[in-house]
Amino acid sequence: MKVTVRVNGAERSGDVEPRVLLVDFLRSNLLLTGTHIGCDTTSCGACTVLLDGEPVKSCTLLAVQVDGREIKTVEGLATGATLAPIQVGFHEEHGLQCGFCTPGMMLVASALLERNPNPTDDEIRWAISGNICRCTGYMNIVKAVKFAANMQAQAAKAPNQAAVAGGGE
Amino acid sequence: MFPAAFDYRSPATLNEALGLLAERGDDAKVMAGGQSLIPLLKLRFAQPQLIVDIGRIPGLADVKRDDGHVRIGALVRHVDVERSQDLAKLIPLLVEAVHWIADPLVRNRGTVVGSVCHADPSGDWGSIMLALNAELVVQSAKGGERVIPIDGFFEGPFTTTLRADEIATAIRIPVPSGSAGGSYHKLERKVGDFATVAVSVQVELDGRKVRKAGIGLTSVGATNLKAKQAEKALIGHELNDEVIAEAARLAAAAAEPKDDIRGTAAYKKDMVRVFVQRGLKAALARAQEVRA
Repeated sequence: MKVTVRVNGAERSGDVEPRVLLVDFLRSNLLLTGTHIGCDTTSCGACTVLLDGEPVKSCTLLAVQVDGREIKTVEGLATGATLAPIQVGFHEEHGLQCGFCTPGMMLVASALLERNPNPTDDEIRWAISGNICRCTGYMNIVKAVKFAANMQAQAAKAPNQAAVAGGGE
Repeated sequence: MFPAAFDYRSPATLNEALGLLAERGDDAKVMAGGQSLIPLLKLRFAQPQLIVDIGRIPGLADVKRDDGHVRIGALVRHVDVERSQDLAKLIPLLVEAVHWIADPLVRNRGTVVGSVCHADPSGDWGSIMLALNAELVVQSAKGGERVIPIDGFFEGPFTTTLRADEIATAIRIPVPSGSAGGSYHKLERKVGDFATVAVSVQVELDGRKVRKAGIGLTSVGATNLKAKQAEKALIGHELNDEVIAEAARLAAAAAEPKDDIRGTAAYKKDMVRVFVQRGLKAALARAQEVRA
């Protein structure tokens, strides 16, 4: 069956059997290998992608189910050479060790920050509770999300400060 | 892992879906969110010839008031319950319990009705619906609409009285009236795990006495169980320690758990007793808050 999906802002299509999972469609057909296959049993969240902005497990979705919808993968986080705040957070706070869970963690966290720009530690832990870090590096992951939240808050303030500064002259 | 090959249809209307099932129901599975079915397909525990994806059918994703009931459509996801301010007011038990279901990612896809119809004896919604005396609204091309009370719906593990040509389009839950309260207690090894044991409780009071009571048990039998003897022992009584202890004893006696990786049968039975006690005390406190 033909499947057409908007992936990271660009329309992509492929011809797949109905039984093809979204994660395999992304990795094998579209060669977007940033989305990882971890447990393959709906348990670990390594394959997390955003479906219409909401984090879901791409190992538990058929590619045909998302025909016509919008997907964001880890490849869609950065804008050109500029990293997204969540990526900067993981870098600055050492939010990864082996890195296998990182794409899923970053996507879940970016969806959280969309809904809740200033989450508490508990809210962050709750949001990532479906994603397993086998290195058990959760402390730094939480710090990385906080870092990204602060960075976004600063960025949101910045234009106003510029406006104030401009107005004072 | 990937599933065995199947035909896939995603009808645009309910009638089209019902038509497909009328023709090929015996070889077909209905899919809503797919969070239980796709894992089964991948493990090849299920190998249907046809998947009927109802995900694109309009009108099934609403939560509506309906003649003293709340009607949760077949495409209402767990996360929709989690975020529903109406449900938090009308039936707080649903919103409390939903946090115990799977994990946030699965809750973004999985549906309430799909989960009930999947009939996993370790599923959470089944025992919650048993405590709330819900009923399923189902449709077929031949038979039109019929309503199935949840008590009796579960026949065995992953088996219900839903016929092969039918689609459950909604679940209806009577809105509790007066001073009412509920609670869900679940023991799990980690977030997203199936329950070792879980107990759902709902009571409605008339003054200090119990007018209606519901107790549902998870993971302690071949299906979600309704602890009817325990419910009966509550009706007409004040919820004092003695009455609560007796109901808890009866519920534990009704449980039929097995030894497994999550615990021994004896342990699980005792956890039913403990959770019914805790659950009734929590439900009582909430019911009294409502009255105040």
